[in-house]
Amino acid sequence: MKLIFERGGEGHRSDFLPENAFPAVSFEERFQREDKPALPEVNEVEIAQHYTQLAKQAFGVSNGMYPLGSCTMKYNPKVNEEAASLKGFTEIHPLQPAKTMQGVAEMYATLEKYLLAITGMDHVTFQPAAGAHGEFTGLQLIQAYHRDRGDEKRTKIIVPDSAHGTNPASATMCGYQIVNVPSNEKGGVDIALLKEAVGEDTAGLMLTNPNTLGIFDENIEEITAIVHEAGGLCYYDGANLNAVMGIARPGDMGFDVMHMNLHKTFSTPHGGGGPGSGPVACKDFLKEFLPGRQVVCEEKGYSFARPEKTIGSVTAFDGNALVVLRALAYVLTLGKEGIPQAAENAVLNANYMRVGLQDVMDVPYEGPCMHEFVASAKTIKKETGVAALDIAKGMIDCDMHPPTIYFPLIVDEAMMFEPTETESKASIDRAVEAIRGICKKAYEDPEELHGAPHHAPIGRPDEVTAARHPVVRFEVKEEE
Amino acid sequence: MNFPKELKYSKTHEWLKVEDGVAVIGLTDFAQDELGDIVFINLPEEGDEFGVDDVFADVESVKAVSDINTPVAGSVTEVNEELLDAPEKINEAPYEAWLVKMEVSEEADDLMSAEEYEAFIESEK
Amino acid sequence: MGDYIVNTAREQQQMCQAIGVEKPSDLFNGLPEDVRLSGPLDLPAGKSEAEVLSLIEDMADKNQIFRTCFRGAGAYRHYIPAIVRNVTAKDEFKTAYTPYQPEMSQGILQSIFEYQTMICEMTGMDVSNASLYDGASAAAEAVMMCRDRKRKTIYVSESVNPRMREVIMTYATAAGAKVETVAMGKDNTTDLESLSALLAEDKEAACFLLQQPNYFGRLEEPAVAEKIVHEAGAKFIMACDPISLAVLKSPGAYGADAAVGEGQPLGLPLGAGGPYIGFLAAKQDMMRKLPGRIVGETTDHDGNRAYVLTLQAREQHIRREKASSNVCSNEALCALTASVYMAAMGADGMAQVANMSVSAAHALRDALVAAGMEDVTGGEFFNEFVTESKVPAKEIEQACMKEGILSGLPVGDDRMLWCATEVNTPAEVERVAGIVKKLMEGGAA
Repeated sequence: MKLIFERGGEGHRSDFLPENAFPAVSFEERFQREDKPALPEVNEVEIAQHYTQLAKQAFGVSNGMYPLGSCTMKYNPKVNEEAASLKGFTEIHPLQPAKTMQGVAEMYATLEKYLLAITGMDHVTFQPAAGAHGEFTGLQLIQAYHRDRGDEKRTKIIVPDSAHGTNPASATMCGYQIVNVPSNEKGGVDIALLKEAVGEDTAGLMLTNPNTLGIFDENIEEITAIVHEAGGLCYYDGANLNAVMGIARPGDMGFDVMHMNLHKTFSTPHGGGGPGSGPVACKDFLKEFLPGRQVVCEEKGYSFARPEKTIGSVTAFDGNALVVLRALAYVLTLGKEGIPQAAENAVLNANYMRVGLQDVMDVPYEGPCMHEFVASAKTIKKETGVAALDIAKGMIDCDMHPPTIYFPLIVDEAMMFEPTETESKASIDRAVEAIRGICKKAYEDPEELHGAPHHAPIGRPDEVTAARHPVVRFEVKEEE
Repeated sequence: MNFPKELKYSKTHEWLKVEDGVAVIGLTDFAQDELGDIVFINLPEEGDEFGVDDVFADVESVKAVSDINTPVAGSVTEVNEELLDAPEKINEAPYEAWLVKMEVSEEADDLMSAEEYEAFIESEK
Repeated sequence: MGDYIVNTAREQQQMCQAIGVEKPSDLFNGLPEDVRLSGPLDLPAGKSEAEVLSLIEDMADKNQIFRTCFRGAGAYRHYIPAIVRNVTAKDEFKTAYTPYQPEMSQGILQSIFEYQTMICEMTGMDVSNASLYDGASAAAEAVMMCRDRKRKTIYVSESVNPRMREVIMTYATAAGAKVETVAMGKDNTTDLESLSALLAEDKEAACFLLQQPNYFGRLEEPAVAEKIVHEAGAKFIMACDPISLAVLKSPGAYGADAAVGEGQPLGLPLGAGGPYIGFLAAKQDMMRKLPGRIVGETTDHDGNRAYVLTLQAREQHIRREKASSNVCSNEALCALTASVYMAAMGADGMAQVANMSVSAAHALRDALVAAGMEDVTGGEFFNEFVTESKVPAKEIEQACMKEGILSGLPVGDDRMLWCATEVNTPAEVERVAGIVKKLMEGGAA
């Protein structure tokens, strides 16, 4: 495929603007740009052609099954897109007077109310722009709480070894040291080891429940109690909320603060890697530290106020409003019955897929899973040399997106499957059949899988050279 | 697998040669094999000081990062800058691709000879 | 009620049978009673699509759309060509996940590679990442990236957008990093003598952040700042409006080490504040310190050109607690938006936007001064400027609001920060000047 720089040519352009109706203004030479930036020279027609080509080599949720564990690739409803393109939202300047943004305030206040019902928390901030951003924000609330009480000795954050990498990385950004706590044989937090790990230096614990193995830790109340007793706070990574929304609430499990991923649980599109939105919810005692501004509902209407001891801001404005709007449309659509129903079906679909695969792959943690499960290619690799990576590449040849691979780190040759509730039985059946076929092929013709994918636009790229000698931009060649 | 006899070896798979109080440190053949294709190495700076077993560098492969520990205490006198642009040399010739040279103040007490190291690797399997 | 669940009750039953449970809720038996919701969720019942849209339309009607906008201060109204929205509406781009499987996402990876290239061209830098959440958080990541074992203190000019400064302070406070503010002079630009003195005293200075044009629209002296900062052994970072880079000297040309900024002007709507996009680009030697995703070019075994997420060993999913940043996602669809905008406008088109914006702003300034306001910007400005008047800023704002005009931003009791872009017309300028004149003459608007 050509790069956009390789299309068009000198003089190719489109005109979108009228003539300048005002007198020209020029600046002193020392400010002026001397070289012209080498942007593409293309006409609108060429642009349309270019991106149509690129779209053919992209795979969206509607292209096929997308069972990426931990990502919740559910269907992105189109009514949400309609809502998010209303001019009454897209044309609003973030610094308009509050009186002229009452609809924006209502959007935040309404979704806040609904998210509090789902999470069992007391306040929400919509400022964080992504899940990891929410983690960073939530940890800062914990940090602010301890600092405010003059407790400077709490320097450690406890994280299970099954945690997503953003958890320890977010804690590091707050200057915390990480204490890794191993999981027990059932995949849950090892209570004895947790008791040893907590102490006067514990600022908090970060946990997701169900965890990254798709297992609900039934000791969750004991876990949060242990941390609270030691004087720490409990942070809930909301990435797996899709398994329990409407059925169990993090606020009732003993968590003090959490983030949600609107682009996972609440159906907003992933966009190829963003934009998302990572609102943070907290219990009442943390509200004074919240970032940005909170919506205040008064008789005369909505206004905005900054919390007294705010940690500051993590983005310039109030949050990814147009993403929040989509999530609001989703919650309005599902309502009180639809939310738990979505969770129930997510768990149903995952278990159905699990039983379809558990005799051809290792499934290290027995018993029912929640919305996702982790399989392992450990035995297959030992017996055939075919690894999780090869199986994943083989799935590409079956017009499916592979699952998450090599995560969580505590499972060898891990493959994490999350079909989500919007996948049909038929499509899961097809996927299971295809994967069973690949596992069979591992024994019959491992070489083919080592060379997969064979039917994709490219074969496996040379990632070693890409990392050793990175080429991260196109060099526009001079024609002279 | 290669185990040059004149070198000493650490349990964390570094090799060591000491001449006139200056240590030359690198990664063993076993280490580079385990690490796979090395794409980048983060080296310390001249003058940096380390204690025995401290992490003084890390090595990146495409999908992983590994810490490198120093078998001696001391200060860095020279860094093999060539490796910054050509980390593959560690994979190609691990005993020529030294990482750092250090002025030694103390050596680890559990360093092994080539034979002991070879046996150690066998026992870990 | 919509629920987007495809399987019928019968199909769900079949699945239960295969699993070995009687009904789907049995799969939740492992959850302790205490943590289960005892009653229904405290939410309204689900609504039909038509009702949902109607509700949201009601909310939208409670926001006032200002067809005439003279406010910037970090978010700008520019004309967005229709092709931009058309391309980014494609489902394959909108609903795809992060391109971790390169063989099936060359389209996405290539579009990010193109974005990176365009940002390098605009900023004059060697490498760009795949984007960050917004300009302010990109600036925070950039200043934090410059810190190392020997150099820790961050310097930021007072003339940088206050919201960007606040985010930097927030990130710094979390990490325990020190931030020093370099004061402005009376002309609303950085007091470079003060910068020089501060850096002379500080052997641990990590970096200095300068915004060009600055928050007040003023043109700073980056060439002078660069010398001072580099002599002190620190890194020089510039925060820029990407449209202005079409006609103003680039950070690269000034010898800056990194460039950041808010990419919203590149085809993203005002959107009540988001989603926006932060760009971060740097010189070659800082490449491995860049946070966020980076796409690189390589080949497959047949020699086909291929794109792939590279240098991943910097990132959180590999380095975990040793990662310098926790950034996981980029604003991919926003980066695509920015690329399509830059391609659609081209260098000439963007220069046109920049020049028209500058012209409009200067004409607006002249009209407001003629109407009785004072220009207190302090000197040469780009497309934003500051006025002072005896009529309080809020009063002027209100009077404009009544006429469907979003005035400049009140920045103090008597001061306003005005902005104009290529979408403002002479008729609009005349109207707002007329409103101001009436107020200045003591009449009601």
